Amino acid sequence: MDFFFQLFSDPVGFWNSHTLLIAQIGINGILATSMFVVLFSGQLSLAAPGFMAVGAYTSVLMGLYWHTPLALGLVAGTLLAGVVGALVGLPVLRLRGVFLAIATIGFVEALRLGVILNLPITGEGLGLKNPSADPLGGINLILVSFVVVVFVAWRLTKGRLGHAWAAIRQDEIAALSQGIHVARYKLLAFILSAVMAGFAGGLEAHLNFFVDPGDTQYGVTRAVQILTFAVLGGSGFVLGPVVGALFITLLPWIFEAAGPYINIVSGAFLIAIIVFRPQGIVGRGGLAIIRPSWWPRARASAPSTG
Amino acid sequence: MDQQLLNAIFIGSIYALFAVGYTLVFGVLDILNLAHSAVFMLGAAVTYSLVINHGQPFWVACILGIAASGFMGLVIEHVCLRPLRRRQAPPIAALISTIGLALIIVAAIEQGQPGQFFAWLWVDGPNSVAFPPGTIPNPTWHVGDLTLEASKVAIIPISIVLMLVLGYVIRYTQVGRGLRAVAENPRAARLMGLDVDRMISLTLVISSALGGLAGILFGVALGDISPYIGRDNVEVRGLAVIVLGGMGSIPGAVVGGYLLGLIEVAALVTLGSNARGGVAFAALFLMLVLRPQGLFGAQLRERI
Repeated sequence: MDFFFQLFSDPVGFWNSHTLLIAQIGINGILATSMFVVLFSGQLSLAAPGFMAVGAYTSVLMGLYWHTPLALGLVAGTLLAGVVGALVGLPVLRLRGVFLAIATIGFVEALRLGVILNLPITGEGLGLKNPSADPLGGINLILVSFVVVVFVAWRLTKGRLGHAWAAIRQDEIAALSQGIHVARYKLLAFILSAVMAGFAGGLEAHLNFFVDPGDTQYGVTRAVQILTFAVLGGSGFVLGPVVGALFITLLPWIFEAAGPYINIVSGAFLIAIIVFRPQGIVGRGGLAIIRPSWWPRARASAPSTG
Repeated sequence: MDQQLLNAIFIGSIYALFAVGYTLVFGVLDILNLAHSAVFMLGAAVTYSLVINHGQPFWVACILGIAASGFMGLVIEHVCLRPLRRRQAPPIAALISTIGLALIIVAAIEQGQPGQFFAWLWVDGPNSVAFPPGTIPNPTWHVGDLTLEASKVAIIPISIVLMLVLGYVIRYTQVGRGLRAVAENPRAARLMGLDVDRMISLTLVISSALGGLAGILFGVALGDISPYIGRDNVEVRGLAVIVLGGMGSIPGAVVGGYLLGLIEVAALVTLGSNARGGVAFAALFLMLVLRPQGLFGAQLRERI
């Protein structure tokens, strides 16, 4: 509990000693928003780690071989992730639900096991040293872009695009009959999500001096973690996945007292939350658990979880 | 080469046995049970622990290991699935609750070290162990240039017999008709007087017991038992198998298991060990793009 105590008693010291953690929360927040965009349009895509890998390897390799500045590498990685997103998104558009999830897992693992672990330029299984990493200098960029990404996603869900996505999520055939170009809007959400994930991957690669192609970084484990952000936080509103990301990233600190049994306690806690709030922490009716009874209810138009 | 082909069939049988349980739950509940790979690991770990740490005979340990896995199926149903059904949660919520349970099972085995709380369950922590030679009966034959170990050869009849029995039960018995009714339409099944919750519990017990048995066979034949064998070897490959065969189709899962074993060994022989996983997942992706209903697509509507 010292951890949370310090947050209030000594914010500056907290910032200095936990900068990396705060940066990781920002990156996970961007990833959660990327997951939110696809879920909001009714697509259960688990492709984010693949796009992260594209963004990360592109930006690091450009810095290594062409000595480009970090910003250029980041932009290139983000754009390339968008291109890959379009290439992957087009063929999987017609898949729904679990089928889409499994197809995107296929993409993620084929990219990691089949391409990254086999190309000499990506260091094969050994990973890649990244001498241009800047663990502490990047934090401002990360936090600013986190806020910008969340704001953009929030604005989009309020506009024409968001209404189209919500309609597609609720009933694809009804949306089609209303003249909504379903395929185009779904692909747009997929590409937007890929761009966000690629950007987050590029940012994350510059937190560490080493790009590790492990399962927990660019594999299924990571995909499932990102999905957990969104489902646990609640995928009906943009803040839900962000709250989920914050919560999951802080789990080791919340349950510090459990010592070696931390995963057992975290697992039990995950089950408890999803059983008591199946719609997520920030679900229908807003923050229902902590909302006092006299506080006005959230508007009924809040979209339900998909 | 022949030896490689044989290996493909061995590993394919394990994939098939694992995936049959996976696909059974998906067929009945439309839910991916992500704790299935943890149950696979638990079966192997409990059996090993009973033989080595508690001095039980191998056969007794196998039966208790399968029983422990089956019991874990009940835990999955009562802790992760039934409360969500009661609240009419979206199916995606069940993904998270089963992940939570998988996390708990793996962590419990991982923390099983001498003197610790879980020492009665497992004492090797996160390390990979194998049955020492001589602790289990394992005669070896040499036919031509092939080496046949009993522990590997036994996998094939065991899995084929079990899958045939399961297929018979589901197709021709009263219980099987009940399961198919629940898979088709739980509400109508309840109106017809079926105890739907009991059918679902039964599904999970069968599925988990098969998963645990697959884990035991894997641990014995490949000499690799650790808290991570489920996650590293079958979790995602199991998904590939049930997609290759067609989601929810039991014959599809069997064929998909052997197919994945063959694809992997073919990739291993022609492209080297690094490409093995990549080729399998590329096949999975292509299969979903070109033929999402899987090889046994015609049976998709019927499902199990």
